[in-house]
Amino acid sequence: MFFYLKMTENQELSSDEPVLRLSSVTKKFGSAYALQNVDFRLFAGEIHALMGQNGAGKSTLIKVLTGVFASDEGDIHLNGKLIRASTPIEAQHLGISTVYQEVNLCPNLSVAENIFAGRYPRKSFSGAWRIDWKRMNSDAQEILSRLNLDIDVTETVSSYSVAVQQMVAIARGLSISAQVLVLDEPTSSLDDEEVGRLFGVLRQLRDQGMAILFVTHFLDQVYAVCDRITVLRNGELVGEYDAEKLDQNGLIAAMVGRQIAEHQSTDIPMGNKIEDAPALLQTKGLNRRGHLKSFDLSVRAGEVVGVGGLLGSGRTELARLLFGLDRSDAGEICVNGKNVRIDTPVTAIKLGLGLCPEDRKAEGIIGELSVRENIALALQARQGLWPCINIAQQTSMAEQYVKSLGIKTFSVDTPINQLSGGNQQKAVLARWLATAPSLLILDEPTRGIDIAAKHEIMNKILTLAKQGMAVIFISSEMEEVVRLSDRIVVLRDRAKVGELPAGSTEQAVYSMIAGQA
Amino acid sequence: MTSTSNIVLSQLKNKNRLKVIQDHHLFWPLVTLFLILTVNATLNPGFWILQWRDGHLYGSIIDILNRAAPLMLVSLGMTLVIATRGIDISVGAVVAICAAVAALMIGGKLIIVDGMPSHVSRFPMWLAIGCALLTGITCGLWNGVLISKLGLQPIIATLILMVAGRGVAQLLTDGQIVTVYYPPYFFIGSGYLWGLPFSLFIATAVYMMMHLTLTRTALGLFIQAIGINPAAARLAGVRERLISMCVYAFCGLTAGIAGLIISSNVKSADGNNAGNLLELDAILAVTLGGTLLTGGRFSLAGSMIGALIIQTLTSTIYSIGVPPEINLLVKAAVVFAVMLLQSSEFRHLFGSWIVRSDKKESV
Repeated sequence: MFFYLKMTENQELSSDEPVLRLSSVTKKFGSAYALQNVDFRLFAGEIHALMGQNGAGKSTLIKVLTGVFASDEGDIHLNGKLIRASTPIEAQHLGISTVYQEVNLCPNLSVAENIFAGRYPRKSFSGAWRIDWKRMNSDAQEILSRLNLDIDVTETVSSYSVAVQQMVAIARGLSISAQVLVLDEPTSSLDDEEVGRLFGVLRQLRDQGMAILFVTHFLDQVYAVCDRITVLRNGELVGEYDAEKLDQNGLIAAMVGRQIAEHQSTDIPMGNKIEDAPALLQTKGLNRRGHLKSFDLSVRAGEVVGVGGLLGSGRTELARLLFGLDRSDAGEICVNGKNVRIDTPVTAIKLGLGLCPEDRKAEGIIGELSVRENIALALQARQGLWPCINIAQQTSMAEQYVKSLGIKTFSVDTPINQLSGGNQQKAVLARWLATAPSLLILDEPTRGIDIAAKHEIMNKILTLAKQGMAVIFISSEMEEVVRLSDRIVVLRDRAKVGELPAGSTEQAVYSMIAGQA
Repeated sequence: MTSTSNIVLSQLKNKNRLKVIQDHHLFWPLVTLFLILTVNATLNPGFWILQWRDGHLYGSIIDILNRAAPLMLVSLGMTLVIATRGIDISVGAVVAICAAVAALMIGGKLIIVDGMPSHVSRFPMWLAIGCALLTGITCGLWNGVLISKLGLQPIIATLILMVAGRGVAQLLTDGQIVTVYYPPYFFIGSGYLWGLPFSLFIATAVYMMMHLTLTRTALGLFIQAIGINPAAARLAGVRERLISMCVYAFCGLTAGIAGLIISSNVKSADGNNAGNLLELDAILAVTLGGTLLTGGRFSLAGSMIGALIIQTLTSTIYSIGVPPEINLLVKAAVVFAVMLLQSSEFRHLFGSWIVRSDKKESV
C-alpha cells in the first residue's frame, strides 16, 4: 500500500539517526519568541509525546514542522536531508502528515471524499480520467477498517459524531503515505473506548516503523502509549526524556517549572451546608424530543452541580435548553420560584444565567475582536445599545480579569484568536463573570487546556461558588466532576439516571452510568 | 558608541512610524485615490482649477463630489450589510423604485397665478420625500425579513428584489420616464449650499450620523461580533437577527436617499436605468475601502474614499475621451490594478521581485 512502501525505506535507516531532527529552531511573532533555539528529535518506530502548558510553543513547533509557519532560524532535517516546507502540502509530499486538534474536514462531503480530498483516484485514459469512485470508496473502507471503523464511507461526514470524524481525519493522515504522523490533541473529543481503539492503531503503526508525534494534555494517555517525551516551556526546550524514567510528578514539574502535586487537594467541597436554601433554578419534566428526556433538576445558590455522563448522553443538550439556544417542547423552568420561558439567550441572560459553550472556537470567542471587546460583549449585550461601555471602562474591566484569572496576553487589545486555547477559555469565562451571573453553566470548560490552567479555572469555580454563585459543571473528565461538585447529576442516553452526593468516587458515577447502582 | 546607537534607535523609530502609517487601514485607499487624482491632473491641466460661478464653486473636483454622493450613500449602507457577513445586490433596484415614487408623487406643472408663473406639485414635497424614504426602508426590511427570519442566503434574498424591483419601478412609471417639473425638488440633487453641492452635505450628514451611532453606542461592536461569529454573538446575548434586519432596512434607506438625489439631479425617474449596476459599484467601493466581504471589521471612512475612487475613475474615463465602446474595459483594468495594489500578498510578491532583480544587478 501507499504508505507501507515508504515505511520499508524507513526501516533501512540506522536506528540512531532520527527521521526528523530540528536544530535550534526559533520563531518570533513580533518581538515575542514563540520558540527559542528548540532542538527536537523524532525516531522511526516511536510514539513521542510533545508536552507543555498552553503557550509553551507546542502548536508553533508543529506548525513550523508541517509548513504552516516558516521558522526564523534553525534547520529541519528529514532522513538526514535538509528540508524547508513552506506550505502544508509540501510537508505532506515530504511525508509529514498532520491531524489537527480541531477536526478539519468538509462536513458536506462524504467520508471517502474527505479522506482523499485533493487526491481523488482517477480512471485511466480510456475512462477519460474521470474520478474512480469505486476505487476511492473501497480504498477508504480499507483504511478505516485498519482503524477498526466500519462505517458507510459514502455518507457525509456531518452525519457522524465528532469522535468518528476525528477517526476519519486520522485516516486521511494515514492515507497520505506518511512516514511522520503528527497528532495534535487527537483524543480531546473521544471517549475512553475510542481512545483505546486509537491507541491500538498507533501502536500498530509504530511497530510498522512509523514515527508518531503525539500532543496531548492528558497525562495518563502519555504514559499509556508514548515511548519518549519532549517538554517545552515558554518556547524553550526543557528536555527530552524516556517515558519510563520520568514519573508524572517529574513531568508536571518539567512542564510548569515548579513542583506541584498533581492531585492537588484544593478545597474539596464536602456538600456545602446549603441544603435548606431555596432552589435558584428548577426544571420539571424539561423535554425536547430527540435531545433530552423529561428532565428534573434543581440548583441552589452557592452550589456546584456536576453533570456526569458520556459524550452524547445529553449533557450539552441540557445546557442548550437551559440557556434558550434550543426550545423545549414540554416541561417548565422556574428561576427564583417564578415560572419562566427561556426561548433565547437574551432571556436567559436577563434571568442571570451565563453559558461557557462546549465549542470554544465556534460559539465562544469572537476571533478577530480584541480580548477587551470579547470580555465586555455579554455585559454590553445585556445593557443593550445604550449606555455604551466606553473603551476606558472596557480596558479597566478587561485588565482586572486578565489579572484575576491570569490570562496571558500581550495586551487587552490583542485579538483573542492570537491567544492560546486555555487563555481564550479564561477570557470567555471572564465575559460571563463580568455580567455577575447567579447561575453559570460551564460546558467542558477545561477541554484542551493545560494542567495549570485547569487548576486555575477549577479553583476559580470553587471561589465563585463560595461567593454564592450557582454553577452547573459539565465535563468529560469524571475526575474533575467528582472533585468539584457538591452534587452529581448522572445522565445516560439523554435522560437523568440519578444523583450522587459530594465525595462520590469516579467509580460510583461510572457504575451508575452503567446501570449497576 | 551611544551616538551611533541613538541614530540606530531614531532610524528604528522612523521606520516604525512609517510602518504605523502604512498599516493604517485607510493608507492604501488614500494612496489609490491620490494616484488616480494625480493621473487626472496630468492628463487634464485644468483638473484642480476651482472657479466661483453663479454663486457656487465650479470645477472638475466639485463635479466629482456631486456625482459621488449617491454612491457614497449606498456604499455606507452596504458597508454595514457587508460587516454583518451579508450582501445586498438589490440597492440599484431600490434606487429606481424610490426615484419613481418621488417623481410620481411630485409630478409638477407650471400654472399662472395672478399673472405670475408658479410651480405646484401633486403632493407636498415633504410628503413625497417621506414616502420615497419609507419605500426604501420597506424594501430593506423585506430583504431583512427574508434573510434573518426565513434564513435565505443574502445574495439570493436580495437577488429577488434586484430582479423584481426594476419591474416594480417600471410598473409604477408605466414603463415611461417620468419627468419632474417642480424646481424646489431639484435643489436636492443640483442645489448648492455655501458654494458646495447640497448632495454632498446629505452624504456627509449621513456619514456623521452613522459614525456617531456606531461609536457612541454599542452597535458597532455588535455588528462586528455578528459578522465575525454570529453563533458566538447570539450566545453572548446579542440580538443578532434583529440587528441584521435593521441593517438591511438601513441599507434600503440609504438607497432611497440616493434615489432622491439621482432623480432630482436628472429631473426625472427612469425605472430601467436609474441606479443601474449601482450595487456593484457600491460593493466595489466598500471593498476598496478595506472592509472584507467576509464580514467583521469595517470602515465607513474607507467606503467613502472607495466611492470617491470609483467616481473619479468614471469621470476620468469620460473626460479624457476614452472611446465609449472600450470604457468599461478601461475601468475594469484600472479596478484590477487597484485591487493588486491593495493586496498585501501581491505587494509582498512584487517587493521580492524588486529585491531579486536588484541582487542580480549587483552581481
